[in-house]
Amino acid sequence: MVIEILISIFLLIGGLLSLVGGVGILRFPDVYGRLHAATKSATLGVIGILTGVFLFFLILEHIFIGKILLGIIFVFLTAPVGAFMISRTAYIQGTKMWERTKQDDLKKYIETGETPKDKRS
Amino acid sequence: MQFQILINIVIAFIWMFLQNDFSGVTFIIGYIVGLLMLFFLRRFLRFDFYFRRVWAFIKLMALFAYKLVEANWDVIKIILRPKLDIEPGIIAVPTKLKSDWERTLLANLISLTPGTLTMNFSEDGSTLFIHAIHVPDKEKAIKEIHDTFEKAIREVTE
Repeated sequence: MVIEILISIFLLIGGLLSLVGGVGILRFPDVYGRLHAATKSATLGVIGILTGVFLFFLILEHIFIGKILLGIIFVFLTAPVGAFMISRTAYIQGTKMWERTKQDDLKKYIETGETPKDKRS
Repeated sequence: MQFQILINIVIAFIWMFLQNDFSGVTFIIGYIVGLLMLFFLRRFLRFDFYFRRVWAFIKLMALFAYKLVEANWDVIKIILRPKLDIEPGIIAVPTKLKSDWERTLLANLISLTPGTLTMNFSEDGSTLFIHAIHVPDKEKAIKEIHDTFEKAIREVTE
């Protein structure tokens, strides 16, 4: 009984986070903001659902499914790399940022080749 | 470090033979016994106890899990607020990490934390360019990355 409630919580959190990620894709104004919504909330959403499924099979059906754990690891490995490549390509292609974007240190670097100094020492 | 792990595994096997019980549980107990032996001998043999790094790595993962949940909550609040009141921007974060895989790990951890996204490296790899969804205070954001992820990664590798 307690286990079923726990699994339901995991599945609900996963579904909710995926939904919020979808809403974020619609609401954010530029490609960079959309990447935030698409890769991050969705990552934790997928992990929530996978954890729920894993617990369901482990505790209620007594089957240990290692593939689900592998799935979690690979989502963790691939999501940031994909986001990195998409945003980098978008920036180099010259995709416009939202007009309310405040700082742009990367533009400075591409124009002058200077990196800001480490202020700690 | 590899040598210490090897010694530890050998001690675990010796423990299994002494117990005459070849199950996984006995192996784990033997491994813990070996860890304790290495821990108490670390001053005499003049080596760096390797489990300290494992422990630092576990702490790094715990910090990451905490940050993941915290930052997700922040992004959800931004998304569901009726008025989109954010100030996105690209900030340059200098890093002290030296090797390539340390920097890759830092970039991936930053990318996985919602609200921040690694976009590019400088040519020599000493600076990360990060797109943040909400940066009212640039210095504070840079300092936070230095104090959490960079510090934890340095604890693992040094």
